[in-house]
Amino acid sequence: MTQTHQFDVVIVGGGGAGLMAALYASRGAKTAVISKLYPVRSHTGAAQGGIGAALGNYEEDHAEWHTFDTIKGSDYLGDQDAIDFMCQEAVAAVYDLEHLGLPFSRTPEGRIAQRPFGGHTNNITGKPVRRSCYAADRTGHMILQTLYQQCIKNNILFYDEYQVMDTLIVNGQAAGVVAVQLATGELHIFHAKAVVFATGGHGRMWEITSNAYSYTGDGAAVLLRRGVPMEDMEFFQFHPTGIYRLGILITEAVRGEGGVLINGKGERFMERYAPNIKDLASRDVISRAIYLETREGRDVNGQKYMLLDVRPETVNKFAEIDGRTRPDGSPYRVTAAEILSKIPDIADFARTYLGVDPVKEPMPVQPTAHYAMGGIPTNMYGEVVIDSANTVMPGMYAAGECACVSVHGANRLGTNSLVDLIVFGKYAGIRAAEYARGASFQTLPADPTDFNREQIDRLMNGSGKERAATIGREMRTEMFDNVGVFRSEEGLQHAIGKLHELRARFKEVKVGDSSRAYNQDLMLTWELGNLLDLALVTAEACVARTESRGGHAREDYPRRDDVSWLKHSLANLEGDQVRLDYKPVVITKYQPKERTY
Amino acid sequence: MLVQLKLYRYQPEKNDKPYYQTFEINADPKDRVLDLLEYVRGDLDNTLAYRRSCAHGVCGSDAMRINGRNALACKVLVKDLNTSEITVEPLLGFKVEKDLIVDMEPFFAQYRSVIPYLVNDEPLPEGDKERLQSPEQRLLIEDTTRCILCAACTTACPSYWSNNQYVGPAAIVNAHRFIYDSRDRAAQKRLDILAKPSGVWRCRTIFNCTLACPRDIKITKAIAEVKNSIRTGRLDVVEPIDEESAGAG
Repeated sequence: MTQTHQFDVVIVGGGGAGLMAALYASRGAKTAVISKLYPVRSHTGAAQGGIGAALGNYEEDHAEWHTFDTIKGSDYLGDQDAIDFMCQEAVAAVYDLEHLGLPFSRTPEGRIAQRPFGGHTNNITGKPVRRSCYAADRTGHMILQTLYQQCIKNNILFYDEYQVMDTLIVNGQAAGVVAVQLATGELHIFHAKAVVFATGGHGRMWEITSNAYSYTGDGAAVLLRRGVPMEDMEFFQFHPTGIYRLGILITEAVRGEGGVLINGKGERFMERYAPNIKDLASRDVISRAIYLETREGRDVNGQKYMLLDVRPETVNKFAEIDGRTRPDGSPYRVTAAEILSKIPDIADFARTYLGVDPVKEPMPVQPTAHYAMGGIPTNMYGEVVIDSANTVMPGMYAAGECACVSVHGANRLGTNSLVDLIVFGKYAGIRAAEYARGASFQTLPADPTDFNREQIDRLMNGSGKERAATIGREMRTEMFDNVGVFRSEEGLQHAIGKLHELRARFKEVKVGDSSRAYNQDLMLTWELGNLLDLALVTAEACVARTESRGGHAREDYPRRDDVSWLKHSLANLEGDQVRLDYKPVVITKYQPKERTY
Repeated sequence: MLVQLKLYRYQPEKNDKPYYQTFEINADPKDRVLDLLEYVRGDLDNTLAYRRSCAHGVCGSDAMRINGRNALACKVLVKDLNTSEITVEPLLGFKVEKDLIVDMEPFFAQYRSVIPYLVNDEPLPEGDKERLQSPEQRLLIEDTTRCILCAACTTACPSYWSNNQYVGPAAIVNAHRFIYDSRDRAAQKRLDILAKPSGVWRCRTIFNCTLACPRDIKITKAIAEVKNSIRTGRLDVVEPIDEESAGAG
């Protein structure tokens, strides 16, 4: 039995962006949130270090400085009008979260506490500025909890554990989505005037990743199959400090609190790569530095990892060398207890997964696939745009990590993912509700579920010659080896060949569970298909871009090339072929210049 | 090391009643129990069902019984179990939907019943800036704001097993988080809810919840503070956890 529901606005995804959109859309429109997880399981909850906003609670700061740092961090690929909008809005957004109940850590005066973070600077001195507003080292958890609490307060309607597998587009306009109820296996049609995708990233295509298992790019893949191109997919952030082998994130806040990266020779190697802000350089810069140190044989025990040292004696030694001071001007010196109070969850991860007490022993770390700068193209109001002329698809919205506004350009600054999902989640919700008020329902096609059932039938009735788990492993290894921190023509061509092979083999997979209730094998196999589509698009966008910029580092083209490549890519998937298109970057008042830290 | 992984199985469309199935697995001692489940579902038996997402103890999806104790499968390493025989079962006290998946709806309904959101209709500070809260005030809710709603505590509680009308430890933790938040104005309403027969007095101070919590929240202490406030009508009863033990987590 297929059920049909009707809403003004349906929101797909229950993380930070989705819940924020729901809170605002529901004020003026009949709204529902559809999520494959219980919303509080969403990956927003894993964000640690903070949300950036120029509150200036300790020292001088300005939204304009945040804007410039974000543009510079993006390696000038971010759209400057959208970045300016986001950084201006960030201040009110953080106060908004506080009013909603978010338990921020506090300054002695009772204001929201702020800490330094990578790439955030005083634009006059170039030194790190305290801009990241935090709740210990679980800021994302507190944002997710707070927004979910507010959704309860406001009686938001949730469809928990429903997987959206298709979106309906009629007359070039959004008309709804089709979803599987996981508990029953039944299909549900959600007929809607406006659809907001807030489905998160796709980091699970890489072997070492900080991302949740759920991060399989579902919303992006659904739209890609319906003809919406993906923007800037060659830009994916590798965070420099994942737990060795596991990839679990160790927040930049550890370095914000004074931790330093040490190589196998005991050197604080970031001095050589970013003499000004050292261990608080941008993430792409540090991830590359770790690879280069490894290549020079300066990794630890020849095992391709570095040490992240936050023992108080180390912190104090380098704080003295750097002349770091507290806001009152006194020298920055810390105790083990103070460090532990700032990063309790990190201490717990280190003890659980490494058997290491971080104030007594350094932590082994390596770069880990972390964040999709690219994704569903939108403008700064969350409206999905479908071509190089930025033509809006009426009624279709996207926000959060699945979207590419683009405010992160070629490399996202730490703390800006949370800013992004709060600001653009809000505006996507507002705009979707406004649109729905003035729009009528599109007439649904005769059988709205046909493509959904076709996808399921293919997976259930394959030959069974191949196993999804095997294909997934091969994809993740290939992507990490050849579409990782450093890329080259040779490696990328190898990856493209391998992905074509895996996609062909994927057609021979047969789902091993024939039941309807919680058929997780069906859902996981479908998600693997999403990742294979997005991986191919990613690799093709990488090989085309013959320059190095932000998170996209080409060994064969080590320089940024603004003449040829100051532009966003748009990748269309047509069968097994990727067709690339491009559109200009919005430059307002910041002309591209060399990026050094 | 060779591990005998004994799993609770129940497939509603095939089985009249649950049974146990054992898989012999060559495991790395540093493997998480979740890694073993992933291997079983991916490579040995695609029909196995369980929830999981973040895989590092912050999303709360994979609470289950591991060798008789509630825990997150992603936070238990094989070596820490000190045995090669590992039994994994669904949480007790909720209806089993399939294998290790239980019906979470009653749990979230109880969570919703305690007004789990900030209530404050007073005007905002000048310039719509933040409401002030001192670090000392903030510390009172440090512990209970860590809750990830995994249900490990509630389903470890004998009082909950014997009477599922009891709101359970997780709901009380989330009420605590607001009752003692200096910015909130609905403490008395929550205390009234928790003073009912379904509330805190069903807690018999057994400490199972505290032992089960994967976030090391001192749940029994939090419940005792709520009881104390109900008894005395006072809110200044919270003994803040010291910063170092907050960190020791």
